[in-house]
Amino acid sequence: MSTVKEPTPATDPDVAGTSAHTWTGKSRGWFLNHLPPDKLLPEDQPSYVASWAYVFGMGAVAGLVFVIASGFVLALNGPQWYHVSSFGHFVNSMHLWSVELFFMFLVVHLWIKFWMAAWRGGRILTWITGMVSFLVSVVTAFTGYLLQTNFDSQWIAFQAKDALNAVGVGAWFNVANVGQIFMWHITLLPLAVGAVVALHVLLVRAHGVVPPLDAAETDAQLRETTPPKLARGRIDHE
Amino acid sequence: MRGLLSAASPAISQGIYLSWGAVSIQLGNLIVIVVMLVLFILALVLPFPGGKSRK
Repeated sequence: MSTVKEPTPATDPDVAGTSAHTWTGKSRGWFLNHLPPDKLLPEDQPSYVASWAYVFGMGAVAGLVFVIASGFVLALNGPQWYHVSSFGHFVNSMHLWSVELFFMFLVVHLWIKFWMAAWRGGRILTWITGMVSFLVSVVTAFTGYLLQTNFDSQWIAFQAKDALNAVGVGAWFNVANVGQIFMWHITLLPLAVGAVVALHVLLVRAHGVVPPLDAAETDAQLRETTPPKLARGRIDHE
Repeated sequence: MRGLLSAASPAISQGIYLSWGAVSIQLGNLIVIVVMLVLFILALVLPFPGGKSRK
């Protein structure tokens, strides 16, 4: 039995030593404690992750990557290009269909995680950021509908105008103002979606993927991170 | 100008609507919902390729 104790981030002299009285040192200590590199980019996952039920979150992220990449191309070239040219139509359609896939994967991911009670084991913030990312994505997709600049978008805008006026935000978030909605769609809302999704993924990495409800107490992830007794308690009571 | 406008405004139709009594839904929306339900069920029952060899 070895008596050598490996330094943990909390006892790491780089963190706990002279530099930790500055905000940079304290921040480094906090990040090393909560997001150590082996958690951020793990090489192994527990056995239960080898299931299609664990695929759809990353499927939604892949969809989001395509949404953002095609959105960049659309923004670089502008409406006169993507409404008229053949390649512009293609990229515009790619933007639409990657959004469709993003939402389909997102909703299946949400259903699966709901029925797994994925907020167990101190993962409540992971669940909340997932829900917030869904809601912000809906608003972002709504502003995208308004930017089709056709009769569909005009109809949708003025149906929504009544609802937004009724709740008192219509003058501030004016769906009849296509310039304002364009800015919301290509700057503010993508930043919001990106930030919330990034936080969600970081929280998944920090807490680990949620085990199935009937996960064995000998499961690899639980065995490595918590004593079996504690792991059993987490499954039974949370 | 007319060519530009016609290119920018492709033909729009209301689509196909299916109705059962008080329930009415556009075919495209119904297809998306059915696809999501099928994906959900398949994710639960289909074996994951190479799953047994993983840690």
